[in-house]
Amino acid sequence: MISLLTAFLIGGCLCLIGQLVMDKTNSSVSSGHILVGFISGGTILGGAGLYQPLVDWAGEGAAIPLSGFGNALAQGALKGAEKGIIGAFSGGVEATAAGITAAIVFGYVMAVLFNPKG
Amino acid sequence: MNDDELKQVEIADYKNQIEKIKPQPKLLKNCIWAFTIGGFICLLAQIIFNYLLTSGLDKIQAGNAVAVIMIFLGALLTGLGVYDKIVEKAGAGAIVPITGFANAIVASAMEFKREGYVFGVGAKIFSVAGPTLLFGFVFSALIGLIKVFVNA
Repeated sequence: MISLLTAFLIGGCLCLIGQLVMDKTNSSVSSGHILVGFISGGTILGGAGLYQPLVDWAGEGAAIPLSGFGNALAQGALKGAEKGIIGAFSGGVEATAAGITAAIVFGYVMAVLFNPKG
Repeated sequence: MNDDELKQVEIADYKNQIEKIKPQPKLLKNCIWAFTIGGFICLLAQIIFNYLLTSGLDKIQAGNAVAVIMIFLGALLTGLGVYDKIVEKAGAGAIVPITGFANAIVASAMEFKREGYVFGVGAKIFSVAGPTLLFGFVFSALIGLIKVFVNA
């Protein structure tokens, strides 16, 4: 039960940070910038070892925001790096391959099946 | 004052006027919406995660499965036209979670059907996903390389 509460609170806080960035900066910050910012921030924090403790504590609340996806990339790269330079290149994508493939496959299927509304 | 200077003053004055009329974003309300919807999406993911754990998957498998399921839901709801309504209300609360990533992919690709299914949809699918994945990959490769050289 406690895992549901921490997921809600931490997930909510991460989204709140995104909303503050959008509202407090000029209107040229688009949703795309937010996505790029979160994945970059998550990857860097993950590489520095600062994000994984948040995932261990808050579970999906930290993993589902895109910063969690960045952290997964970083953790994969760190793990791959133990096997050398090639591992450093392959590790990140290996760890997130399921999500990336799902995004592209489902994204394509839905875009073909549906037409834009309005 | 010559004409150029006068023009500058007029432009500045005009910008001031616009600033006054332009509706200010309702910061508090936006933040509450973002927090609540963002939290709710993560809560839903945690419920699925907990369920998958009890059904015998390990943590890594369950984490991957949750990401795939949430991406599917985000893409489907975007196709149905529901997700964009959520984004209107929740702002970053619906953009920051991985469902928002799926939303960005489908929304940008759907618009370009008339340019074809290969170089229309197939290319525009990456108009937001491309930069996002690019920066993720670049930083993760850098982190991996730093680790290799620190260990060496």
